[in-house]
Amino acid sequence: MKKEYIKIKDYAGIFAENKDKAKELRISKITPALSNRKMLVLDFDGVSGATQSFVHALISEPIRQFQNLALDNLEYKNCSEIVKEIIKTVYDYMQESLDDK
Amino acid sequence: MTKTRSTGKIVDMKVKLSTSDYLRNSDRFIDGLDFSDPKRLIIYSHPKWLNVHPAILTLLASMALKAGKENVKFDNLTALSGAYLDRMGLFNFVSEESPYNINKKEESGRFIPLTIIKNSIEQSKFITDMIPLLHLPVGQTDVIKYTVGELIRNVLEHSQSRDGAIVAAQYYKKSNTIRLGICDNGIGIKKSMQKHWQSRTKTDLDAIKWALVPGISGTTSREGGTEDNAGAGLFFIKSIAQIARNYFMIYSGSGVYRLLLHDKRVKNPRLHSNPDDDRHSDRNDAPHFNGTLVAIDLSLETKTEFTSLLSVIRDVYGSAIRERKKRKYKEPKFV
Repeated sequence: MKKEYIKIKDYAGIFAENKDKAKELRISKITPALSNRKMLVLDFDGVSGATQSFVHALISEPIRQFQNLALDNLEYKNCSEIVKEIIKTVYDYMQESLDDK
Repeated sequence: MTKTRSTGKIVDMKVKLSTSDYLRNSDRFIDGLDFSDPKRLIIYSHPKWLNVHPAILTLLASMALKAGKENVKFDNLTALSGAYLDRMGLFNFVSEESPYNINKKEESGRFIPLTIIKNSIEQSKFITDMIPLLHLPVGQTDVIKYTVGELIRNVLEHSQSRDGAIVAAQYYKKSNTIRLGICDNGIGIKKSMQKHWQSRTKTDLDAIKWALVPGISGTTSREGGTEDNAGAGLFFIKSIAQIARNYFMIYSGSGVYRLLLHDKRVKNPRLHSNPDDDRHSDRNDAPHFNGTLVAIDLSLETKTEFTSLLSVIRDVYGSAIRERKKRKYKEPKFV
């Protein structure tokens, strides 16, 4: 399947903390791509770190809405160790909350 | 000065600056605050020596914004070290001229002067611009960006302050520490939390503690938050402070929660989801401040990498949510 790429740095800069940008990306790119069952790669090249708030605003709702489709179709590239830890945190607590359903 | 109609007693907002206004003895400073009349502010100073935490400067600036430039007066500002107030930009918030003669162009100290941030664009610019001002190596900047980013965002999202967030920071070479303050003139944590968590936030201190619990957001009564708020921000900041053995304080309304340093010999302090389980001091009788002040000292001495720190926080966050979920499980009915 052809993958779509989003370069996070182009939207959020070298330190991803602006939740408004995350929300914008989620609504304009991530949700439509998953609605069309596309594979999406979030490329964090050049992003040294991110806040938990940013990553939550970026991917928590797609995970809640699309569940396994989001977990299977979202990929993360060029993540720093900090970005990886934050994404893992959001994945952990979102999947815990999915178990509630 | 203003007189109350009923008693004729003289009331003003008052602040007393002393020789060592650090977080470890913040109670003394807080006890000297008086918010009686928001229309006039008098700043009393120790005549010989001043040593002011940047968080206190942000509080002073917030009070000055409330009173209006013309209504702020300094009393006894004679200490030479008072030039620091000028260097940090406090005189931009008052109409009185600075008695100090500092050459700002020559200044290359490691500090971030008082700055007002009103939206996310200003926030991003501030976070980008602040690191060169602190002259820190790249590896030490992420934790600062993280902390500042989350705290400013909290103000912009929850405080409803028309003045935005007021931020200031200072690097201290001797202790290799960044001292940071963020203050707002907003509605305070209790009001912000009460829409969805009334029974949990009867006092200001209850509200502060509840806001520190992972998964609790003022924007929803759903544990785990919403698509835009996870309710994790303050828990992360408190945890960062705790692991790195730093002071962390929140003051809002009459409530003050202050994280105390753990024993130096404890290499891996245990993080707690319940702020009552952390080594801390608290009070609910502070002079009533309508907004919120957050102060933190970030030690750059810590040997814990920011990444490992985040990993520990992730584990605690996850188990806190699991434990809370488990408490809601129904027990089997054995008959």
